[in-house]
Amino acid sequence: MSLLHPTEGEYIQHHLDYFQLNLHTMHLGNGGFWTLNLDTLIVSITIGALFLFVFWLAARRATSNTPGKLQNFVEMLIEFVDGMVKEAFHGRNELIAPLGLTIFVWIFLMNCMDLIPVDLLPKIASWFHVYDFRAVPTDDLNVTFAMSGVVFLLIVFYNIKVKGLGLTKEILSQPFGWWLMPINVLFRLLEEIVKPVSLSLRLYGNMFAGELIFVLIALLPWWIQWTLGGIWSLFHVLVISIQAFIFMMLTIVYISMAHSSHD
Amino acid sequence: MEYAQLVAHIQGLTAVAVGLLIGLPALGTAIGFGILGGKFLEGVARQPELSPMLLMRMFLMAGLVDAFAAIAIAMGLLLLFGNNPLILAVAKVLAVHTGA
Repeated sequence: MSLLHPTEGEYIQHHLDYFQLNLHTMHLGNGGFWTLNLDTLIVSITIGALFLFVFWLAARRATSNTPGKLQNFVEMLIEFVDGMVKEAFHGRNELIAPLGLTIFVWIFLMNCMDLIPVDLLPKIASWFHVYDFRAVPTDDLNVTFAMSGVVFLLIVFYNIKVKGLGLTKEILSQPFGWWLMPINVLFRLLEEIVKPVSLSLRLYGNMFAGELIFVLIALLPWWIQWTLGGIWSLFHVLVISIQAFIFMMLTIVYISMAHSSHD
Repeated sequence: MEYAQLVAHIQGLTAVAVGLLIGLPALGTAIGFGILGGKFLEGVARQPELSPMLLMRMFLMAGLVDAFAAIAIAMGLLLLFGNNPLILAVAKVLAVHTGA
């Protein structure tokens, strides 16, 4: 690929390639299933560590006298998530609110990487001889599927923990009664499998579409980019916060569904 | 000449597919947003005190309505501007057949 004067197709493809490590040979490059997307891992772990550090700092410095700006901000976020959980979930669970907070803030920050110019991080990476770099971690199916997979495991766990043997009865007899048992099981399986798939594909699709449109805008002449880029950035601010919020909200709703029995 | 016709055939069909991929989701979300916004205004007109809560729910639903249209539009734009995999596949077959 000619890096200096790429064609449109090459430029787009360059922005769709990950910085990968092949685990068979431990060299850079695509290794099929045994591949680590290093760019995704680096950016997402850095962001996650940053988020945890800031919140830890706020928690350590928390006072009941006059709270500082950081403490106010963190308390605002926590109260926001807490309110959402209280509204949607009526059981007793110590995990769900912190999980919601983590999901919301982490996904929001990862989505925010979409707003920095598309060529900035790849340019910096190319100084270190890394020629493919995708800056947005949620623009990687592995991240979104990993997160929705964890949510799915929690759904299964709480279904079994809360309902116990009642779960078997619920799967076999809902929603059509005992006589249509196979159809009930089939429906239940579909219902459960659709949850993680739709959760992750929704986030990935939105971020992929947003990133691709930013890349396409970057193909325009430099003096006109600010018009479309500005409009799309403004719209995208809405999209990234809504997608983070939806992921959190649906997680809470799914886990609260796992807690409530139908009868 | 035959090859040019072949490529033109694929490009024409791709253009139609891109039109459908961008147009149909736009149609769907337009209808969805129309119903969503209309119902939201109805709800606020009935009970104005609920409007903050309804606004938040509306945005949640807006994200859900928006999501799959965004995916389809990205697929369409990828076909239109990116390396079209369909043409690349045909080019590969042609390269084998012509021995180039």
